[in-house]
Amino acid sequence: MGNQAHLTIAGKSNNVGLARITAATFASELDFTLSELEEIKVAVSEAVTNCIIHAYPLEEGIIKIELEIAENQLIMIITDQGIGIENIDEVLQPSYTTKEDHMGLGLAFIDSFMDSFTLESNPDQGTTVKMIKIPEQVKYVVE
Amino acid sequence: MEISTKINDNCLIVKMRGEFDLHSVPEFKKRIIKIMAAHNLIHLVLSFKGVIFVDSSGLGAILGRYRELDKKGGKVFLINLRPQVKKVFTLAGLLKIMQEYDSEETAIEQLNKGGI
Repeated sequence: MGNQAHLTIAGKSNNVGLARITAATFASELDFTLSELEEIKVAVSEAVTNCIIHAYPLEEGIIKIELEIAENQLIMIITDQGIGIENIDEVLQPSYTTKEDHMGLGLAFIDSFMDSFTLESNPDQGTTVKMIKIPEQVKYVVE
Repeated sequence: MEISTKINDNCLIVKMRGEFDLHSVPEFKKRIIKIMAAHNLIHLVLSFKGVIFVDSSGLGAILGRYRELDKKGGKVFLINLRPQVKKVFTLAGLLKIMQEYDSEETAIEQLNKGGI
């Protein structure tokens, strides 16, 4: 069983909800619990929010969300063409933030709620976050 | 997210409904800061009964209010967190610094016990 969906959105705050609802709806094809679908929503919300406030601090940009189901895994790839990240190790530190009233927990939430995630970035070219989640029920069957 | 407010003594009670993310933050901050400043309020009770989603943007806005009010000796109380919402509060460590109650009445009672 496999499936794919691609969503391209303008980096506006009112599109964050659209992105997470789309991802959770797509993910519901797998045997995720409601609690796991909520975790997927938080992870997508964090990744898209990062694009809006960090990748495109000065002007609105485009955010691409690629969703894929392959071998009982949900794969989500979120890409921007923004300013990129100079020091990836630094942004991976919990509570690292450059913005007042932001907690610096976006990537920590992604790390907690996904089975794996990778962050690739090139300054002035953009950033890609790849997240993978497998339903707990499937993990038990495999183990 | 829909926001409604009422004042009880020196406390602002905020009822929220919907999803609390980056899009909701500006309105949340603007309304709370404006009302609290206009009426000299120092405590904040946030009712999450109708809130079905919160991410770190929403938590950041709440932490911002907590930091401001804490300087003035004020408290931030949380009411009726749904399990999925409570999970992100717990993960962020916010329940270590903010009290959670099951009703607005209990929260107000606790504030009154504190001698305000």
